[in-house]
Amino acid sequence: MNNKKHRREPLTDTQLLMTIAICTFVVMYVLAMIVFKGGFLHVQQIFDMLNDNAPLIIVSCGLTIVMIGGGIDISVGAVTSLVAMSCALYLNKGGNIVISALIAIGIGLAFGLVQGYLISYLEIQPFIITLAGMFLARGLTTILSVNPQKVEHEGFKALMNANQNSIKIPWLGYTAKNGNLIPASLELGVVVALSCVLLIFLLLKFHKLGRGFYAIGGNQTSALMLGINVKLTRFFSYVISGLLSGIAGYVLLMHSGAGNATNAAGMEMNAIASAIIGGTLLTGGVGNVIGTFFGTLILTTINKIVVASPLNAPWWQKITTGGMLCVFILLQSIILSIRSKKKKDSKGKENKEEKA
Amino acid sequence: MADHCLLEMRHINKFFPGVKALSDVDFTLREGEIHALMGENGAGKSTLIKVLTGVYQNDGGEITVDGQKITIRSPQDAQNNGISTVYQEITLCPNLSVAENMYIGREESFFVHSKKREKNAQSILDELGIPARGTQILGSCSLAVQQMVAIARAVDMKCKVLILDEPTSSLDDKEVNVLFKLMRDLKARGVGIIFVTHFLEQVYEVCDRITVLRNGELVGEYLTEELPQVQLVAKMIGKDLDELSSFDVIEEKDFKDEDIFYEAKGLSSNEALPFDFTIHKGEVNGFTGLLGSGRSESVRAIFGADKVNGGTVKIKGKSVKINKPIDAMKNGIGYLAEDRKRDGIIADLSVRENIILALQVMKGFFKPISRSEAEAFADEYIKVLNIKTASRETPIGSLSGGNQQKVILARWLLTHPDYLILDEPTRGIDVGTKLEIQKLVLKLAEDGVSVTFISSEIEEMLRTCSRLIVMRDRHVVGELKGADLNEAQVMKTIAGGEAVNEE
Repeated sequence: MNNKKHRREPLTDTQLLMTIAICTFVVMYVLAMIVFKGGFLHVQQIFDMLNDNAPLIIVSCGLTIVMIGGGIDISVGAVTSLVAMSCALYLNKGGNIVISALIAIGIGLAFGLVQGYLISYLEIQPFIITLAGMFLARGLTTILSVNPQKVEHEGFKALMNANQNSIKIPWLGYTAKNGNLIPASLELGVVVALSCVLLIFLLLKFHKLGRGFYAIGGNQTSALMLGINVKLTRFFSYVISGLLSGIAGYVLLMHSGAGNATNAAGMEMNAIASAIIGGTLLTGGVGNVIGTFFGTLILTTINKIVVASPLNAPWWQKITTGGMLCVFILLQSIILSIRSKKKKDSKGKENKEEKA
Repeated sequence: MADHCLLEMRHINKFFPGVKALSDVDFTLREGEIHALMGENGAGKSTLIKVLTGVYQNDGGEITVDGQKITIRSPQDAQNNGISTVYQEITLCPNLSVAENMYIGREESFFVHSKKREKNAQSILDELGIPARGTQILGSCSLAVQQMVAIARAVDMKCKVLILDEPTSSLDDKEVNVLFKLMRDLKARGVGIIFVTHFLEQVYEVCDRITVLRNGELVGEYLTEELPQVQLVAKMIGKDLDELSSFDVIEEKDFKDEDIFYEAKGLSSNEALPFDFTIHKGEVNGFTGLLGSGRSESVRAIFGADKVNGGTVKIKGKSVKINKPIDAMKNGIGYLAEDRKRDGIIADLSVRENIILALQVMKGFFKPISRSEAEAFADEYIKVLNIKTASRETPIGSLSGGNQQKVILARWLLTHPDYLILDEPTRGIDVGTKLEIQKLVLKLAEDGVSVTFISSEIEEMLRTCSRLIVMRDRHVVGELKGADLNEAQVMKTIAGGEAVNEE
């Protein structure tokens, strides 16, 4: 009996796929350090990847929740862009910083609430609804302003300055050619993003609602029979995703300092790719935000590598990303199918042993 | 103790538009008993279960649990009243751990204490002797264990009434025994178990009482030891053995060995256990048995509709391989599937298109049948089979069931098969059309076509078949012909040869 309790369980599919993602990232980065040297040898390289992609990380967390619940949300990029543009315009009209943050959260929540309601309670296909949401948000952004809106608000400029300069870590820095020490700098947005990752991780692991996401993604009918409020749970997954898009929009504005109709273009696809690379299955029920976080890092590392390599052209980035995604999904399905085969074999063996 | 009534259902009625699914049904479950609920397809057992679990609402009658009158509006209501159900399909989440599956959906706090949960789960699993660990992912357990986890969940919810709906249909013998042991343990703790199954032997192995339903009505409640198997079958099918008049025996034709059209030895598929089967040219034979006895699975194996695993097949003495339907079709075999709506008609296509489908597949898609040819075929068969349709271009979905069936028959007749398998061709169609189809079967046989005919109505099979293969619990248990071909004998064979009528 004691034996039974102390026996370690084999990795679940979620854990296995996450481990693969982390290993891939480490291997990839180490290879890049060896082959390309240069920037890859500085910690700042990783910090830059985080600084530039904090909004993507936040959005990917929300998408991971939706995908674990067996749904999809492709409106996230457009909502992020709409939030950045709205806040930029509001601030330029002399608005208040606190209220601008509330606007960001409000817009995100509004999209999440409406989309979540339509998908969960009126049972319309999530792809269609969020596609409509995406077009709506993109359209609204363009109506607000066709031209990029640089934020001139003094308070916000101070906030941007704080965002970029408040975290400086000298001992992780490097010495430039002219002999000056350049400390490694991390933006506040990254702190926000990492807090989101941590909070969502805790939610998914320890909260009733988080476990509900896995249950409805694993088998919706069963979840209903087990007494889970399937509609409400699904509704919440879209609300959280909307809320995170709002936060991502504000972080984006802090990073770039301008609202732009082409902001966050294609971010939803990058977010889906991150989640998938991190081990979230499109079929639902399997996934983890830590994996998604590393998925984002893998995606950005690919881009950095392409930039550092002789193939530095925008189309090469897309082509390599596409190729990597294919390889990754193939790898995942091969590993999962080997696992399920092994499971069957070992079960057969157990049966035989018991019979003997 | 045995007389304490846990659950009483009195005068339960349930109507669906145009159908009376349950009329005035009584059901009583006592503490610590295993009670089998039996009946053929459409008898109303699943409706009764659904009323009890709150999926349907009863239109009349009352339900009492422990002497308290209750109304059940939802599955949650049922659970709160101590009625838990374990369905045939596992209704747990395969991607969560065993412990989570036992507790999810009924947490008291917002936060999940997984350690505590795993400990509690483990103690219940150990207590019930279920070979699973709380920390294990449910999907990595065998189906039987998954089912037991569902039962463990019900036990932990302090259920008084446990409904097991066809729990054994996907389990092997060893797993069934483990499940039965668990059922007996629960019985000893005073839980009342309602066991729905179509395996007669399992009923006699574990059940104390049997309630039989037929056509939405209560036939009766019996103690298992007082009801021999053959009587049970008679009650389910609805004929008392004494009332049975013998039917006109179909003249036995002499078939010579060289007339054998199809011969299978040890044929098995993913769904069917190995069996031997032969049919002669111009012979009509039948497969019979209760629902789930394996009759459809066997003919599907002949046609290659399920994945064939083993066995040898000879057609007209020559060895052939039939692994998929197109192989069978090329060898002159046609198969009219049991489920017309799912496997037969293509509802949005016209009568004409539905008729030429099989022939077109056989010819290959690069040699299309011309429009005028197709129209000629359609007109011919609409006339021959007397299909009532507005025109040959009417979508088949708008035809009545009987006429749809005739269109599908026409589809196969057009391929001029040497051997036609008809699986429940008369289910759900009107009496007139039934007779027409029976006549057609006999006429085909006269023309030298071999026919296998399956029907739930034994009378109908006796009228058309000259040989009956009887199946029980997925095994062939007998072959009847000539003088043995009467209803009493068929029932005895279905119920098990040993159990002779005791009266």
